[in-house]
Amino acid sequence: MRHLISILLENEAGALARVSGLFSARGYNIESLTVAPTEDPSMSRMTIVSSGSDDIIEQITKQLNKLIDVIKVVDLSEAAHVERELMLIKVRATGKDRDEMKRMSDIFRGRIIDVTDATYLVELTGDTAKLDAFINAIDKDLILETVRTGVCGIGRGDRILKA
Amino acid sequence: MVLTGAEIVIRCLQEEKVEFIFGYPGGSVLHLYDELFKQDKIKHILVRHEQAAVHAADAYSRSSQKIGVCMVTSGPGVTNAVTGIATAYTDSIPMVVLSGQVPTSYIGQDAFQECDTVGITRPCVKHNFLVKDVRDLAPTIKKAFYLAKTGRPGPVLVDIPKDLGVDKCEFEYPKTVSIRSYNPVTKGHSGQIKKAVQLLLEAKRPLIYAGGGIILSDTAEKLTKLAHLLEVPVTNTLMGLGGFPATDKQSVGMLGMHGTYEANMSMQHADVLLAIGARFDDRVIGNPENFGSIPRKIIHVDIDPSSIAKRVKVDVPIVGNLNDVLDELIAQVHASEGKIDPKALAAWWKDIDVWREKKSLKYKMGSEIIMPQYVVEKLYEVTGGEAIVTSDVGQHQMWAAQYYKFDKPRRWLNSGGLGTMGFGLPAAMGACFANPNTPVACVTGEGSIQMNIQELSTCKQFRLPVKIVNLNNRYLGMVRQWQEMFYGNRYAESYVDALPDFVKLAEAYGHVGIQITSPSDVEPALREAFVKHKNELVFLDFLTDPTANVFPMVAAGKGLSEMILAEDL
Ligand SMILES: Cc1ncc(C[n+]2csc(CCOP(=O)(O)OP(=O)(O)O)c2C)c(N)n1
Repeated sequence: MRHLISILLENEAGALARVSGLFSARGYNIESLTVAPTEDPSMSRMTIVSSGSDDIIEQITKQLNKLIDVIKVVDLSEAAHVERELMLIKVRATGKDRDEMKRMSDIFRGRIIDVTDATYLVELTGDTAKLDAFINAIDKDLILETVRTGVCGIGRGDRILKA
Repeated sequence: MVLTGAEIVIRCLQEEKVEFIFGYPGGSVLHLYDELFKQDKIKHILVRHEQAAVHAADAYSRSSQKIGVCMVTSGPGVTNAVTGIATAYTDSIPMVVLSGQVPTSYIGQDAFQECDTVGITRPCVKHNFLVKDVRDLAPTIKKAFYLAKTGRPGPVLVDIPKDLGVDKCEFEYPKTVSIRSYNPVTKGHSGQIKKAVQLLLEAKRPLIYAGGGIILSDTAEKLTKLAHLLEVPVTNTLMGLGGFPATDKQSVGMLGMHGTYEANMSMQHADVLLAIGARFDDRVIGNPENFGSIPRKIIHVDIDPSSIAKRVKVDVPIVGNLNDVLDELIAQVHASEGKIDPKALAAWWKDIDVWREKKSLKYKMGSEIIMPQYVVEKLYEVTGGEAIVTSDVGQHQMWAAQYYKFDKPRRWLNSGGLGTMGFGLPAAMGACFANPNTPVACVTGEGSIQMNIQELSTCKQFRLPVKIVNLNNRYLGMVRQWQEMFYGNRYAESYVDALPDFVKLAEAYGHVGIQITSPSDVEPALREAFVKHKNELVFLDFLTDPTANVFPMVAAGKGLSEMILAEDL
């Protein structure tokens, strides 16, 4: 099962390495990892997408909690939450593909943020499935380059992760 | 008061009441050594290899309730120390390691003797720090000691760049520490403890399975009290030996791969298991599927939540400090009306007595050749069970664990988790410093002792009266045993040719050496060592039966009740 694990940690040199090192040392998988400082610059917020049985996910959260730099851990997938990912995708846009690309971008509520004679740069946000869907919906041969941020997530309503 | 970084480090250690630092100097720590030189509160113990410094500091912790401290230089000093750090980490031993680092401005430039110390040690420390500003030194060292000894203990490393040694700042040692991300649980959940007591009192075949946590938390007496109150059998892990008196009639001995028949059978047949400060390690429960397939209720008490439900499913998890949890368990047992059904309990003890009748530790002894088990039995007799026994890794370690009956905690020091050959002699040194009036024996093998043999020199310098009990079978015996049992007697590289003359070697280092070849000389030689040469290091080289194997044995991947016994062969 896919899980979204949210971690509040000290914004210290090496904190990221402690988390990623834990995953590789114990053989846990990481599908994506995002991290950036919070409104309080002494803390970072990280979102990890991982998968595993319930036992493994339980161990992951326990092991994360054991790290001294980790302040709090929640498994967002346990309850209502929102997840978003940003993708920048550069596509070939010439001839009839130019209109088609614009149309697809509109359908997916993307924004074209850079334009040349031959290319569009499309910015898309959404959950992972939506971004995947966009990639699948357009002609593969037209994709020049993609870059994705990985998922970040947050609980809905009064589910709040704070120090 | 304005001090240099080097002065600050030494002052911090004094504030922590550090008596000894085990270490080895080098370029990046010269400022620190210079400050050590100028004071006389802390004694520095110069070892002959950094691995030994760490093992010695580790054993200093293990054999006392204090925190061992060691100091090494950057680069090779640190990499030499890694085995020691990993050893302490795996056994949750509190320890502070100070390492030198190249000057701050050189970091990342592949400077002479630079290595990524924080990176290399990250997976084998509880936590580590690279200090980049002299003002952070005192708070960081304070944190290091605090982290090392609280919660689940472990080694903490502080990496100190050389330039910080001369930088100056105002010194004040922090009185308190608060780390917002670190709040180890102390008290166990009362509701859970209540459930545990209920389960125990309703049990028909209860068993207490106690691990190294009992030793680390100094709760042997409380555990013993609880066990006596409930009148239930107790088994100890390799790390937990001494946590419950081995000579107590409720003890069924050590369990696991080389556990007693009665311990392993009790473990497999218990209907309620109270696991306390233990972690269901693979060497303890054998195949987890086989173990898990047996219906029983498990209560698991541990300070580290990640130890619970890691390898086996648990019915009543209790996260907490063993001191508090045991107090409450005892109080609740006292307060409850119930009692374990005496009939059921009597029947359970009867089962156990039948298993005990197997006498799974018996061995055959002739008059020609020394059996290693016999040496340990005699060691126990000669020292009246009062020695601190350190060990290395191999058959000798298992025989020491099986035949020396530990009645008290902090008497048995071995690398149970990492299984580090070379631990024994430096560990014996650390134990001597922490316990100057207690006899210290190192039960070792001719393979393991050679992994830190250079420490004979340290022992001479500091007059450490360690008694080395070398069970010399001319083989890497444990390897040979596996090859005999599972690899068709193909003894690949397990015979150690060209062994040194250990008597001469001991003498060369200025010690007493004795070689013992006949069973009738075993006891006299031990007496000579412990009585006549009480204050000297004696290297006792016992030439033992090279074909002896450790039994009982649960082969890797087998269930605990599938034991191979000596009599089966
Ligand atoms: C540093 C290290 N290297 C290798 C091993 C693997 N190993 C485990 S037991 C053993 C043999 C130990 O031989 P010896 O010290 O002579 O003891 P014996 O088993 O003969 O009593 C070896 C090589 C280890 N535990 N530690």
